[in-house]
Amino acid sequence: MDTILFIVFAIVAIVCAFNLVLQRHPISSALSLIGVMGSLAVLYLLLGAEFIAMAQVIVYGGAVMVLFVLVIMLLNAGTEKISRKSWFAQIAGLPLLLAFVALLGFLIRGVLPPLRAVQFGSWVGGTAERIGQMLFTQYLLPFEIISILILIAILGAVVLAHKEFD
Amino acid sequence: MPHLPPVPLSWYLILSAILFALGVAGFLYRKSILTVFMSIELMLNAVNLSFVSFSYELQRIDGHIYSFFVMVVAAAEAAVGLAIILTIFKNRGTLQIDEVDSMKL
Amino acid sequence: MNFYIVSLIKIAIVFGVFMTTLAYLQWVERKVLAHIQSRTGPLRVGPHGLMQPLADVVKLLTKEDLLPPYVNRFFYLLAPFIAVCLALISISIIPFGPRITVFGYQTYMQISDVNVGILFVLAISAVSVYGVALAGWSSNNKYSLLGALRSSAQMVSYELPLTLAIISPLLLNNHLNFRAISESQAGYYLGFIPRWNIVQMPFPQIFAFIIFMIAAFAETNRLPFDLAEAENELVAGFHTEYSSMKFACFFMSEYAHMVTISCVASLLFLGGWHPLFPAPYSDWVPTLLFVFAAILCFLHAITPARQRDRKTFPVFGIAFLIIAAIWAVPFLHFVLVPVFWFAAKAGFLLFTFIWVRGTLPRFRYDQLMHFAWTFLFPCALLNLLLTALCVAVF
Repeated sequence: MDTILFIVFAIVAIVCAFNLVLQRHPISSALSLIGVMGSLAVLYLLLGAEFIAMAQVIVYGGAVMVLFVLVIMLLNAGTEKISRKSWFAQIAGLPLLLAFVALLGFLIRGVLPPLRAVQFGSWVGGTAERIGQMLFTQYLLPFEIISILILIAILGAVVLAHKEFD
Repeated sequence: MPHLPPVPLSWYLILSAILFALGVAGFLYRKSILTVFMSIELMLNAVNLSFVSFSYELQRIDGHIYSFFVMVVAAAEAAVGLAIILTIFKNRGTLQIDEVDSMKL
Repeated sequence: MNFYIVSLIKIAIVFGVFMTTLAYLQWVERKVLAHIQSRTGPLRVGPHGLMQPLADVVKLLTKEDLLPPYVNRFFYLLAPFIAVCLALISISIIPFGPRITVFGYQTYMQISDVNVGILFVLAISAVSVYGVALAGWSSNNKYSLLGALRSSAQMVSYELPLTLAIISPLLLNNHLNFRAISESQAGYYLGFIPRWNIVQMPFPQIFAFIIFMIAAFAETNRLPFDLAEAENELVAGFHTEYSSMKFACFFMSEYAHMVTISCVASLLFLGGWHPLFPAPYSDWVPTLLFVFAAILCFLHAITPARQRDRKTFPVFGIAFLIIAAIWAVPFLHFVLVPVFWFAAKAGFLLFTFIWVRGTLPRFRYDQLMHFAWTFLFPCALLNLLLTALCVAVF
């Protein structure tokens, strides 16, 4: 069962990612990205990370991508113009990309020690309880720093957007 | 129901590598600021997948914490980045990256 | 294999009941609104208009399905699909009762028991913005676009107070699982005050409940916050260009959101399926209620307002008596009584939705945003801090 789920959602993720890169209209790209994020959430569930899966949908699907879609709608962004690309990218782009994937694949298959097989339910470590404990004990300092980062981001967004409406 | 062998963890890592490579491709090839920004998000997602996979391998939840932090940073980045995109569009009237080429209007 | 069969049966039951509820909720809404405004409401199709939902379904199915030439076809067709799917998913994790044993097989009265149930509901409600946003954008119509922009901004803003209001009862219960949340609200103070979260010690969550309900009105785009489809400003908002079944999809998703959020509110704040007062007495409440309804019907039949009532009221009275008899059967108590209390709470909240719609005028858009950010959000934050303080000290 988990093998079927993995194959289905891995294919969905890859197809959506291709679509993101190939589509000319930003809203199509945005929806493809939502597709990638949704299928990654299912894969996180298969890996026993229930909290991260839900956080993925809430934060990425519900907050970040909604902002993207809203901005695309606000700016009424049309299809992207085709512009002159560099000859180097046209000739060597795809081979280099394939070489990059092949290199990573070799590293994963050849260099890493043999990894576990994923069985759904064999390890459910990512409960909200344990993540909360870790966040507020061992990772307390990063947690506080990241909250300051968010505060700064909010201030920055407000300042920038305020200029927008003046 | 046929009994299929379980998925090795390396498949998850290879999926993550493919997604990351597609993100890089989108980042380098596309000319719309919005799509470039979305490609960055795709790369962050790919890295998150490998964090969670390694977390499964080590049976520790540190990887989950890292990917949680990545998500938070991505959210903050999206808020500021989209505000910057709005400002660029207001000042230049375009979203094409190669048309935004002067330091000052 | 047993698991799959039981799951299929549960899905069939829940789906059937849910769809019927959605259809009849609309009838109830029209009736209640009519009586608030001193009208009679639907009356022609069937006795007291009871067949009206069926007639509406037939009407919507047979209407011409227009596809305007200027829309973005793919997204235009995708949007109602997204909206209705996301609206119907959340009901699958709502528990309607405790663990029961049927023919020796133990099961929960819910489709699936999710550890992070409350996060799941939040996630689904967060992504359901896309249905509205895409519908408005792809219609290529300025009213639709304005409606979609308003609605998305409103849903994103009200999600914050909603989430903060959800967190504070979670602090008292220490669970994210709906069943566990509801079970930790069992029992009574002094033998008669229920330990529901709205009166739970050390810090009663009554304010969280009020904030949650206000935010829920905004999340479901209901009056007084239905700026997204304010018909005197925006024609019909994001679904202006939709007709026939595609319109019905949006309509259904609005009602489905209402039902789901009422269920969540009754689980989080009103103790789920736990009765208002202790068990041996509360088991007989549904029976008494239906007998009372039957008596009312017979009394009305004695002095009928119309000729037809002489026949219809006794029929309804007998039907109510049969329902009362079903609830009186002792060996069905363990299934039916929890379901009754759960449905009663959710039904009361649904009635509140309709009641408010009949009573309050619509907000202006700037008032709406102002209210969310300067009043509701600080209140929710303060409530959360006080709850955390009380939980930490006591």
